[in-house]
Amino acid sequence: MVEKVLKGSPKYYLWLLFLLGIIGYAFVVYVFQLMYGLEQTGLTRNTSWGFYIAQFTYLVGVAAAAVMLVLPATFHHYHPYHRVIVFAEFLAIGAVIMCMLFIVVDMGQPQRVLNVILHPMPNSVMFWDATVLCGYLILNAIIGWTSLEHESRHVEVPKWIKVLVVVSIFWAFSIHTVTGFLYAGLPGRHYWLTAIMAARFLASAFCAGPALLLLGLLLVKRLSGFDPGKKVVKSLSITIAYAMGLNMFFYCLELFTSFYSGIPGHADPIVFLFCGHEGLNVWVTGWMWAAVVFAFVSIFFLAIPKFRANMKILPWALGMLIIATWIDKGLGLLIGGFAPTPYETYEVYTPTFWEISVSLGVFAVGALVVSILWKIALEMKKEGGEPFALAD
Amino acid sequence: MYNAKFVIPGAIIFVGLFTAPFWTNVFSAKHEAVKLELPQKPVTFFGEERTQCIEPREWMAANHMEMLIEWRDKALRENKRIYVATDGRKWETSLQNTCMACHTNKAEFCDKCHTANSVSPYCWDCHVEPQGNK
Amino acid sequence: MKASRRYFLKVAGLSTFAMAAGAAKADAAYEGYSEGLKAKRWAMVIDTRRFQKPEDMLPIIEACHKVHNVPSIKGPKEIKWIWDDTFEHAFANDPNPMLPEDVEERRFFLLCNHCTNPSCVRVCPPGATYKTEGGLVAIDYHRCVGCRFCMAACPYGSRSFNFKDPRPFVKEINPAYPTRMRGVVEKCTFCAERLEKGLMPACVEASNGAIMFGDLNDPNSIVRRVLAKNFSMRRKPDLGTDPGVYYII
Repeated sequence: MVEKVLKGSPKYYLWLLFLLGIIGYAFVVYVFQLMYGLEQTGLTRNTSWGFYIAQFTYLVGVAAAAVMLVLPATFHHYHPYHRVIVFAEFLAIGAVIMCMLFIVVDMGQPQRVLNVILHPMPNSVMFWDATVLCGYLILNAIIGWTSLEHESRHVEVPKWIKVLVVVSIFWAFSIHTVTGFLYAGLPGRHYWLTAIMAARFLASAFCAGPALLLLGLLLVKRLSGFDPGKKVVKSLSITIAYAMGLNMFFYCLELFTSFYSGIPGHADPIVFLFCGHEGLNVWVTGWMWAAVVFAFVSIFFLAIPKFRANMKILPWALGMLIIATWIDKGLGLLIGGFAPTPYETYEVYTPTFWEISVSLGVFAVGALVVSILWKIALEMKKEGGEPFALAD
Repeated sequence: MYNAKFVIPGAIIFVGLFTAPFWTNVFSAKHEAVKLELPQKPVTFFGEERTQCIEPREWMAANHMEMLIEWRDKALRENKRIYVATDGRKWETSLQNTCMACHTNKAEFCDKCHTANSVSPYCWDCHVEPQGNK
Repeated sequence: MKASRRYFLKVAGLSTFAMAAGAAKADAAYEGYSEGLKAKRWAMVIDTRRFQKPEDMLPIIEACHKVHNVPSIKGPKEIKWIWDDTFEHAFANDPNPMLPEDVEERRFFLLCNHCTNPSCVRVCPPGATYKTEGGLVAIDYHRCVGCRFCMAACPYGSRSFNFKDPRPFVKEINPAYPTRMRGVVEKCTFCAERLEKGLMPACVEASNGAIMFGDLNDPNSIVRRVLAKNFSMRRKPDLGTDPGVYYII
């Protein structure tokens, strides 16, 4: 199976080489961070988490999104998804690996990372997060690999895999719930201390993740001719539209509670994110408004069947949705969470060149993993005689 | 055997390389024990001048790292900052204020052995070595 | 004595070959200092009426930072164990635009509150920060992985992170106390190492009686006697952390 990685067009090799180049560059930057500490990041005493942890949070969502295909296929016997499920599972593997890397690059003492296992503290949500992420990685690797192998050889998937699939459905919900708990259980961080945090995380994950997957599948169709099928595209984009609608609705619930109650603690971070604070130059406000615009435009196109079925419009709508959710979770969540500081003062966190370089490297690792795994999946499907082009 | 003319020489080369450290050791000059600088001057602990180490020398050489880890956990987590040695003498559980009160020469004591054994403990990233060393 | 010593040496010799951690244990015991100060629940009372200007506070801050080798790093990545700020910032959840003039101008000491229900301890993944006897919240810098979850969890901003090697920034190293290393979180310890030797915390000692320290569970302790006679406040008590630092206004 693995030898499939080695066969490919020059384009494919160039792409891998490009990714390896970014990884190499980011690794050098990371070595500097390792030697000199997190001094080079934009983090401060009051803003102790930043770009790294935000990307981690976003990617947990991407990982969890595989469940949006696995669940209908398993519980509702929605067969069209079977054709592409392995791509979702392999995307999840790439996402979880990126999550783990983001946690490690964020650590002040990464060489002590095993302390989390040597001295486990069940009262720490971080401990559970590490546990569920590792579990999810293993689950997806086993399920994806085994079912791919069986399908390509036209053998029935073994029973124990079906059990694992059911486990993985609940597991996927748990990983992002636990990530929500990382934030929602902290006293004194107004923006995060909300019961809807985990639900909002799941909603944004279940639109952003499938959107990323669908974009990937459309790209694969162009590159290799493997057609996911109209049914898959249609039902996935409906799922994405509903999840995005829920995501936006949940954010509006936050807005209502914050502004109708008039409690400053609830409203201050949101005001800060969208309007800044007393003339303080807050670069993120522009991004936040862009996210609002992108969110509304994307939901407009996704919600209306005519536009959503238009293959010229759909990729743009998906792209805008991904950007909107990324700004919300990958920038706003952390910056809003640390504003105001415990002394009701305001400061603006800006990721530095170093953080962005290292993050690009982590993203490149993820892209490399997903590229290789998807390549294997495509080759296996070809070998198994699965038709690449579909009639309907 | 399939491809024997490659496999057998390859295996031999691998075994040779893998066991290289043993061979170089056997055929090189005899290993010399590390010469440590042991403190001579008596130092006062708990109102008593002492020249003897906390536990016997061999035991310390073999187990000081585990003892220090135990000291750390007892002091930090259980508020027990006195170590009663096997011979009944009392010592403060402190690398900086007990061990290094006598072993003032880190370079000639700690480092020598650690270097010879190629271990690099990070004790002194935080714990301050005696000023007299510089 | 002789026999036991021979046995000890025999065990010691054997243990040289034992590689597993903890395989060797000397026949030794541990105890606390007899002069160590003990309490069920240590608490601090700061008589803020006696600190009006930053100059009043500087010697106390320096006393703490000097004895604990706290580096002086300026800017948003600073490291501090005890510092001062205004009422508005210290009691951020108690906004009052009509404060009396002297309170408005007064400076307030900020430090770790050594909470009864510390959220930092709750979130620490490897148990590097923990509660000890007497209600102190301590950090084991050896175990800290530098994830900074505790800093996000602390509603008082009491924790600092070593973004770089702090040692070059310690002006005058106190040889009796360690420094910290890059990549770990640090904060006030209520001077656990001094209490153990029968000494009061460094800030208390340097305050000429303006900062008091004692057992909150003992009705005869100085903190209880002072609190019984004066109105006091705590920072963000509504969060349920039950902070151990009281401010007499």
